[in-house]
Amino acid sequence: MEMFLMSFTVFVLAIFVGFEVITKIPPTLHTPLMSGSNAISGITLVGAIVSTGTELWVTTVLGFLSVVLASINVIGGFMVTNRMLAMFKKKN
Amino acid sequence: MYDFIINFSYLVASVLFIFGLKGLTHPRTAVRGNLLGACGMLLAVIVTLTDRHIVSYEYIILGMVVGGAIGAVLALRIEMTSMPEMVALLNGFGGAASIFVAGAALIEGSSLTDSPILQLTIATAASGLIGAVTFWGSLVAFGKLKGLISENAVLFSGQQVINSILAVLVLGLSIGVVLNPESFSLYWMLVGVASILGVLLVLPIGGADMPVVVALLNSYSGLAAAATGFVLSNNVLIITGSLVGASGIILTHIMCKAMNRSLTNVLFGVMGTSGEGGQTADEVYGGKVKSASPEEVALLFDAARRVAIIPGYGMAVSQAQHPVASLAALLESRGTTVEYGIHPVAGRMPGHMNVLMAEADVPYDSLKDMDDINQTIDQVDVVLVIGANDVVNPLARTDPSSPIAGMPIIDVDKAKIVVVIKRSLSPGFAGIPNPLFALDNSLMLFGDGKKMILDIITALKDS
Repeated sequence: MEMFLMSFTVFVLAIFVGFEVITKIPPTLHTPLMSGSNAISGITLVGAIVSTGTELWVTTVLGFLSVVLASINVIGGFMVTNRMLAMFKKKN
Repeated sequence: MYDFIINFSYLVASVLFIFGLKGLTHPRTAVRGNLLGACGMLLAVIVTLTDRHIVSYEYIILGMVVGGAIGAVLALRIEMTSMPEMVALLNGFGGAASIFVAGAALIEGSSLTDSPILQLTIATAASGLIGAVTFWGSLVAFGKLKGLISENAVLFSGQQVINSILAVLVLGLSIGVVLNPESFSLYWMLVGVASILGVLLVLPIGGADMPVVVALLNSYSGLAAAATGFVLSNNVLIITGSLVGASGIILTHIMCKAMNRSLTNVLFGVMGTSGEGGQTADEVYGGKVKSASPEEVALLFDAARRVAIIPGYGMAVSQAQHPVASLAALLESRGTTVEYGIHPVAGRMPGHMNVLMAEADVPYDSLKDMDDINQTIDQVDVVLVIGANDVVNPLARTDPSSPIAGMPIIDVDKAKIVVVIKRSLSPGFAGIPNPLFALDNSLMLFGDGKKMILDIITALKDS
């Protein structure tokens, strides 16, 4: 229970930080914001890596699938965001 | 000590993600922000690879190579007009990754101890549920955006009843998973039923509302990651998931406000059928619509000192953004002030139109928000509306019975002259006629957006 409360505290505080930071992002950058948040939500990769590396073959299979999916998010998300943001920079 | 280093690195990664998002508050700092986020991710992945539970690396490396390659190809190949599809797909992949990680954790947890703690099982059920709804909902949204599935609202009788039954079933299965964490089949049944629910929830939503749905699913994918963080008691997942969840919710809210609709109405209601009591197209347009030639429009531009361009998604469909940008550059070289008015739902996702204009080398400071452009629109000599319809329909202000009543619009009718480039007088998504086209100060330029702009440019250069 105590562990849950600790995690929940982090969860609630992070939501507040999220609201504070994201309300300041101008509409011009809302599409890169979405693809960028796709990229960072690929952080599931961290959990996927550990599952893949364990001895049980079932978790290795499940882990492998999630490593593939999360890597698409991380690499695809950061790269496409960078591509878009570079277009905003170009002329200025 | 080892745990300390890992957790400390995760904290640093979380901080880098937050600074990365902060960088997005201005186009100047945005590229650096994105790089900071990528550094945070690299750090988190590297320290995780040192985890002592890992016995073999071949599948990890293989998975990262395969996924990374797919991601890189997607990121380099995707057309900017198709960004909503890409984000929809990535939302879905994030949800699916959470399903599998939580499922694996459930199996591991059960093999390590006899009774996994309650936090783990509740969070596992939540990950499976949210992940499955996100994945399948996103696939349907992708299909609708891509035109693989009917863009129209797909409705069938008893839909609400079926959804309610599925919701109850999902709830029951979730409780089942929490009480019997050793029964893995219950978890996969939960994922299965939640998948059907995900499909059925998005299927009835029309194409015009996809910006809201994609933003909402973006939020769900974050919540799925946060739930997985609870499963693994991993703070970096919880923090990142919450940030993404908050971001998606804010964007959903902005999109709903821009259409003057509540989220419930978008998700469960159908957009009002075209105005009973409202005027028909013939009554609105009859004999009052004036059409012009590109040469006449060029003369107007020639005399104008201040021009505003209002792009809609139709402009992107006819691939006219580059010609529009060249026209603006030509006018500016003759001393005319040119700015763009961007309605929040002008594109097919939040901020989409801004990206399309940026791709055509339009500087971001000439892209004005709806509120900004409305403040000065009465001083504009010529407004050029291209590919937009409902977002400039004055009925939103004047007719309380109209389906778009109260929707914030760009008040182009207050400018001195309005030029509308459009193929015909056909209605937009709302299905209602637009009295703007029949105003005294409006001129219609009928034809393909790209061709008309090029014709205007030629005429301007000749004059």
